[in-house]
Amino acid sequence: MIEVDVAIIGGGPAGLASAMKACEEGVKDILIIERGMELGGILLQCIHDGFGTFIFEETLTGPEYAQRYIDEVKKTGINVKLNTMVLEIDSAKRIIAVNQEDGLLEIEAKAIILSMGCRERTRAQILIPGDRPSGIYTAGVAQRYINIEGVIPGKKVVILGSGDIGMIMARRFTLEGAEVEGVYEVMSNPGGLTRNVVQCVEDYEIPLHLSHTITNIRGRRRVEGVTVAKVDSEMRPIKDTERFVPCDTVILSVGLIPENELSKSADVGMDPITNGPIVDEQMQTSVPGIFACGNVVHVHDLVDDVSKVAEVAGKGAAGYIDGKLKKRRSPIKVRAGRNVKYVVPQIIHGEKFDEDIRFYLRVKEIEKSVKTVVLADGERIFEKKIKIVKPPEMVKLDISPDILNRITGDELIIDVEGEEDEEKP
Amino acid sequence: MKRSHNFTCIVCPMSCQIELIEEDDKILEVRGNGCKRGEEYVTEEFTNPVRMLTTTIPVQEGRIAMLPVRSERPVPKNLLRRCMKELSKVRVKAPVRCGDMIYENILDTGVSIISSRDLSIGNCSEVR
Ligand SMILES: Cc1cc2nc3c(=O)[nH]c(=O)nc-3n(C[C@H](O)[C@H](O)[C@H](O)COP(=O)(O)OP(=O)(O)OC[C@H]3O[C@@H](n4cnc5c(N)ncnc54)[C@H](O)[C@@H]3O)c2cc1C
Ligand code: SF4
Repeated sequence: MIEVDVAIIGGGPAGLASAMKACEEGVKDILIIERGMELGGILLQCIHDGFGTFIFEETLTGPEYAQRYIDEVKKTGINVKLNTMVLEIDSAKRIIAVNQEDGLLEIEAKAIILSMGCRERTRAQILIPGDRPSGIYTAGVAQRYINIEGVIPGKKVVILGSGDIGMIMARRFTLEGAEVEGVYEVMSNPGGLTRNVVQCVEDYEIPLHLSHTITNIRGRRRVEGVTVAKVDSEMRPIKDTERFVPCDTVILSVGLIPENELSKSADVGMDPITNGPIVDEQMQTSVPGIFACGNVVHVHDLVDDVSKVAEVAGKGAAGYIDGKLKKRRSPIKVRAGRNVKYVVPQIIHGEKFDEDIRFYLRVKEIEKSVKTVVLADGERIFEKKIKIVKPPEMVKLDISPDILNRITGDELIIDVEGEEDEEKP
Repeated sequence: MKRSHNFTCIVCPMSCQIELIEEDDKILEVRGNGCKRGEEYVTEEFTNPVRMLTTTIPVQEGRIAMLPVRSERPVPKNLLRRCMKELSKVRVKAPVRCGDMIYENILDTGVSIISSRDLSIGNCSEVR
């Protein structure tokens, strides 16, 4: 049995930043457990630039961003176990892990930080009918093949889904000499950032078909082609718009799901909307001493946000160990209101707040000239105008202690109000 | 001849659709931009569009098979494919440090291609 102060599960940007913060806060015995052969998480395969514009105020590639944290971690006494897979954790904060060198490992931690990231939705989860040939990959898997292993998985590619990873892979395939026939998106708006629509798709004159989907995949051994169709407003394919597109590769970029088998094994309370643990303002889950941060909590679009929130978790874990963490007072629930899909943190504690709390919200629909409004007991305690909100771009609200300390009652509601609602009393 | 070009501004989340009208490469009018930054953006995009180049290069004796690299600064957009072609001939040998120069002054742009991570010696076949 190994005993540690803080065990961090997952060595991606969330794990790295939380480890650094816990170390800074004076925690002595920190262990990062990573199943991959290197630290850095998904960033290692995201070779494009666009990372770090907030934290480092320059645009870095994913590996460069990771490198900065890896270099910092190496300078400290933080222990790292690579090639080590965590199999199970429990609410007493015991960890079962396995690797080739040590075999089965039992670790007991005073605090745990969950930072396992997320995984991609696959074909099975979106139910595309047809044959089951080879040549169907999720965008992240294709990204790993090309950027790490140096293998281009196909020559003529159809991409389903216009999330950021799908569009980034459209550009990557094109630059590597493959032909991308088109990107098909079932929604009427692109799933990813406008920057990626312009620089990954339009720059290379790749057709982006909105309100379209794949209705069938054909192929005996290898993909031979797909049938695509326009969809109606209820997202049902329109039969007479069906068209056959020959291709040898289908790339799916149809969403990410937080990876939470371990969280569930420790009986951590889950949010059915984010598919991640319910966390409070310290990033503590429902199990005392178990914290969570990064994509395991909800899918972030900017790694800078991941690093920032990971520091909150690192500080929280340090505070938990030395008993400084505020005793849990009666919780205040934070609810998603009008045009808000979810809010994180879902719970805040405390009778007296002395620090800003940053709320992250994801909206349901695009809306212009809106106001975000925080309501406590029916009273509007905070308002902020925003020019536009879009589902692919997370909204961040920093609420100061003097506002938080005005909260009465046990519930907060966060609304995004449209222009027409504004005049209402 | 007067010509019109359409752009989507990416400077802020408003994503304004901006139209630029020019005659013999002289910009006559910019419309649809919600603010001044949009005008600057389309002027730049029309006269000298640049992009960062990021790609990978095969590594010999490395821990992994491919080294991610990038241009130090953005390069002209219309040279991206030629840069890729030029880089397709390049091989490097581990170890490499983040920031090491991999290819100097690509296509006489004055921009060099640099490594974007540390990569130590190893046997990459173990990875697969
Ligand atoms: C393709 C793609 C493109 C992106 N592009 C951008 C961009 O341009 N700009 C930007 O700012 N952000 C971008 N992001 C987002 C950013 O990369 C992520 O938000 C960030 O990497 C999430 O960090 P994380 O540490 O939560 O998860 P990850 O990076 O996924 O790290 C999780 C780690 O946990 C490990 N792990 C999981 N389970 C276990 C277990 N049981 N035992 C041991 N280890 C485990 C995994 O191996 C992994 O290393 C992109 C993301 C993707 C996927
Ligand atoms: S023109 Fe101005 S308001 Fe419109 S997208 Fe560009 S920066 Fe934003």
